[in-house]
Amino acid sequence: MRFTKDHEWVEVAGEVATVGITAYAAEQLGDVVFVETPDVGRQVKAGDSFAVVESVKAASDVYAPVSGEVVESNGEVADAPETVNASPEAAGWFAKIKLANPAEVDALMDRPAYEAFLQTL
Amino acid sequence: MSMQTVGRPTRPEAVAADASAASLSGGHGLQQDEPLIFELGGWEKTGVDLPAPDADASDLGDLARTTPIGLPGLSEPETVRHYVRLSQKNHAIDLALYPLGSCTMKHNPRLNEKVARLAGFADLHPLQPVSTTQGALELMDRLAHWLKTLTGLPAVALPPKAGAHGELCGLLAIRAAHEAAGHGHRRQVLVPSSAHGTNPATAAFVGYSVTEIAQTADGRVDLADLAAKLGPEVAAIMVTNPNTCGLFERDIIEIARLTHQAGAYFYCDGANFNAIVGRVRPGDLGVDAMHINLHKTFSTPHGGGGPGAGPVVMSQALAPFAPAPWVTHGPDGLSLTEEAVGEAVQAFGRMCAFHGQMGMFVRAYAYMRSHGADGLRQVAEDAVLNANYVKARLSGEMSAAFPDGPCMHEALFDDAWLEGTGVTTLDFAKAMIDEGFHPMTMYFPLVVHGAMLIEPTETESKAELDRFCEALLQLARAAKAGEAERFKAAPRLAPLRRLDETLAARKPRLTWRPDAPTVAPTPLAAE
Amino acid sequence: MRYLPLTPADRAEMLAVIEAPDIDALFKDVPAAARAKDLFDLPLHAGELEVERELSALAGRNRAAGAGPFFCGAGAYRHHVPATVDHIIQRSEFLTSYTPYQPEIAQGTLQVLFEFQTQVAALTGLEVANASMYDGSTACAEAVMMAQRVTRREKAILSGGLHPHYAATTQTIAHAEGMEIVRLPAAVDAEAAVLDVLDAETACVVVQTPNVFGVATDVTRIAEAAHAAGALLIVVTTEAVSFGLLKSPGEMGADIAVAEGQSIGNSLNFGGPYVGLFAAREKLLRQMPGRLCGETVDAEGRRGFVLTLSTREQHIRREKATSNICTNSGLCALAFSIHLSLLGEAGLRQLAELNHARARELKTALTAVPGLEVLTPRFFNEIAVRLPRPAAEVVEACLADGVVAGVPFSRLNPAGGMDEVLLIAATETTTIQDIAALARALTRSLGR
Repeated sequence: MRFTKDHEWVEVAGEVATVGITAYAAEQLGDVVFVETPDVGRQVKAGDSFAVVESVKAASDVYAPVSGEVVESNGEVADAPETVNASPEAAGWFAKIKLANPAEVDALMDRPAYEAFLQTL
Repeated sequence: MSMQTVGRPTRPEAVAADASAASLSGGHGLQQDEPLIFELGGWEKTGVDLPAPDADASDLGDLARTTPIGLPGLSEPETVRHYVRLSQKNHAIDLALYPLGSCTMKHNPRLNEKVARLAGFADLHPLQPVSTTQGALELMDRLAHWLKTLTGLPAVALPPKAGAHGELCGLLAIRAAHEAAGHGHRRQVLVPSSAHGTNPATAAFVGYSVTEIAQTADGRVDLADLAAKLGPEVAAIMVTNPNTCGLFERDIIEIARLTHQAGAYFYCDGANFNAIVGRVRPGDLGVDAMHINLHKTFSTPHGGGGPGAGPVVMSQALAPFAPAPWVTHGPDGLSLTEEAVGEAVQAFGRMCAFHGQMGMFVRAYAYMRSHGADGLRQVAEDAVLNANYVKARLSGEMSAAFPDGPCMHEALFDDAWLEGTGVTTLDFAKAMIDEGFHPMTMYFPLVVHGAMLIEPTETESKAELDRFCEALLQLARAAKAGEAERFKAAPRLAPLRRLDETLAARKPRLTWRPDAPTVAPTPLAAE
Repeated sequence: MRYLPLTPADRAEMLAVIEAPDIDALFKDVPAAARAKDLFDLPLHAGELEVERELSALAGRNRAAGAGPFFCGAGAYRHHVPATVDHIIQRSEFLTSYTPYQPEIAQGTLQVLFEFQTQVAALTGLEVANASMYDGSTACAEAVMMAQRVTRREKAILSGGLHPHYAATTQTIAHAEGMEIVRLPAAVDAEAAVLDVLDAETACVVVQTPNVFGVATDVTRIAEAAHAAGALLIVVTTEAVSFGLLKSPGEMGADIAVAEGQSIGNSLNFGGPYVGLFAAREKLLRQMPGRLCGETVDAEGRRGFVLTLSTREQHIRREKATSNICTNSGLCALAFSIHLSLLGEAGLRQLAELNHARARELKTALTAVPGLEVLTPRFFNEIAVRLPRPAAEVVEACLADGVVAGVPFSRLNPAGGMDEVLLIAATETTTIQDIAALARALTRSLGR
């Protein structure tokens, strides 16, 4: 699993990357009440805002950590947003992206680096 | 993701009711628990006696409704009880100091209510022949004169129905002015990071992109950052003065000068006008357009969330673009220009139907006439004095966000003084409820951590200010003494404990639905 | 000064606590050039007696609607509001309270909003309603913006029967947002003409029933055609009492219904404050503007109400908000809700039937006036007539006879080419004698 400075995670299997927000981000947000996931077929570039996660008092943009085409959107977080709080780095994934440029993933932090980064905040 | 640091708990810990003070049947002394009107079982009742119609609706054919609407009815005594019981669950200005920063919760004079209800104002149709409404048009004209004189700007658009609506009006006039001058390429608006949310929301609504201006360490607009960001793409800046931190922008004249030099307009959010009314004219500061919240500075009642009124004063440059309608003087008396034709052709269009919030104009005008030039000046002075007094008294225990120098009509604190106590701004606010006060504005402006914005207004006596300060000082000491439980459990003395906002947002229930369909007609369309 | 509690002694004491020499020291950040040394050129303060005198004199120069036969409608209607309503809205806890941001001490306001939302959803036949908007015209504009967000299309078609002020307001807002507005020419009975212009770029069609000419239309067919083209149907109603008698917008297929609620609970007030009703299909909820009140429980498990889904709104979403709206029309919504609670289902129905019956009497009387042509086939309580002369002149002539005959359409739309059209409304406050007086006055003025 790789991580961005904006608290998104990426898990790659073959050509497809599963994306979500980290446990740290979910905890900072508080109770998640709504998730807006991207439409299947959408093209995203790394850094584009491609989803929104809402708590009662705040709405946060989620940025695509990698570029590619959205091939799957997680219906479960739409129906049960609490999944993001319960399982942010597994069942609470947002979307699956078919990688346009697999090398982008290598530039992201691994877990030890992300943990170290969190210490600096 | 963009990290929002304002996220905070929105689902309270479940607690057991305090059984020791419980009554036998569920009543609470002077307070009642009141069901919804849909649960009172009055599906056939009515509290109005109407004569029988002497014709039927057969001429309507299949246009006539055949299904029930699903509305309960109550007799008059039941109606009065229902709403009086509900009213007892509300806090209000008439009960205690209501310290909501940036809302100006001043006393609502009852004379204003009386004169607004005169038949000549209340029972007047907007489209009657103008010869039958000369008094109303005259009042609008006099109100306009007061607003222009108090602000030092030569024109005013009366129609906007609220502050945000006024912002929209101001920006639309600015946009129209730029387009008329061939500067339609100016698509950017600069807004300080401390701005009220309506500012960027309005700018975006009008099709502008919003760029933030940085703030200095002493809570003002960063002039260097402003100068760097002004350019040929900027249509306007939107600045609140005094600003949302309760501070007067010392460099306001330079801010205006830089803005004008760059070919942009200066829109001023007039929400905090109460601090300077009668002492400072925004026109003298270089403002081009400013909305005035009549429900703030000019005492029209907040009514649980509205109605408001947000007339916009405008400079000479923007005046031609003000929206219709406006009052005009003619040989036969007063009239209304209602269309953007002839001399009014540059008016950018209509903001709403009819002429604006006349009911609020009457109230605001009565307020202005009651205070006069001398009273209004005293209003600003007492408002500023009261806020500085509160700031001085509380600063011993609480950390002022900008301790150096005076504040204007509101005092801003951050939550640095709560560090290590386990008590948050939210908890502190809820504990204020148990002390008998409505909480101050919390977590606004966003630029200050755990912000607490207190605006007492000028209609508070010294006794009430002292009562308020004493309560907060006691709470502050309790927080620092480790009594976190008092705050976490608060409020305990309000009609309800903390509410589960998470549940409300995850599973929205926005209308009543019958659980047992047999007790009432099916009211609504299928889910 | 009666509203300022501080005494000179208080002020001196407070300045000492602040450690400021005088009040001017607290204003030191104001640039010297901008400090007004003298009082502004405005009258000094005045006692209640004097203020009341001035306001009474101004009010006395207006002819109240109730002073004689009165037939103005066109988006604002004179109804009788029971005494209880005005009495309750002046209770301190309703009048002087704020937006319910601290729900524990605002359950009065919040429960009223929940009841109001339920009533509005019931009246419009739709599933969700918000806690009110400024008025019907801005609600109409907001509905069009919402349709743009939902369909991601840029065109809106406004019928020729839509109130011209509503059309103009919508045009102003839509122009700001870059939408294309197709505004059909004024037409008495042609709501369906919107279908002639409907295409794949249309976000919504906006029709009004009863429309500005009083015409009541079954818009079911329009709904079907709009949906087939992927567009939304927005139905506008300016006379809320009509919901008591006519098929609801929801029943006829509307996706969004907006209305002016003034007719219920609120006086004419020369045009404001009024109250906008806004309802929509549940699936469109997240794109709705305005405040929403929702049900929940407190920490002890008791039922309560809170403002919810706030992330759509300006104070959170800022530049990405669904609207810039901050206030709703709280006290006017309360008045609406109280009046509707008093009326109930049976009462509203009866009130609506009374209005319609009066309008039928009106039509009979008008039909007998020589030279006058009734244009409205099916109506609720308002009728458009064509006169042989400009309607504005006829209204002036009738005024000389003590009758306010109605609203000339040219007042709403001077360039609409319908200067001879007069809009005449009757409500439960209209008497048989009023109608007879109108008929006489019209006959006299047309006979000249």
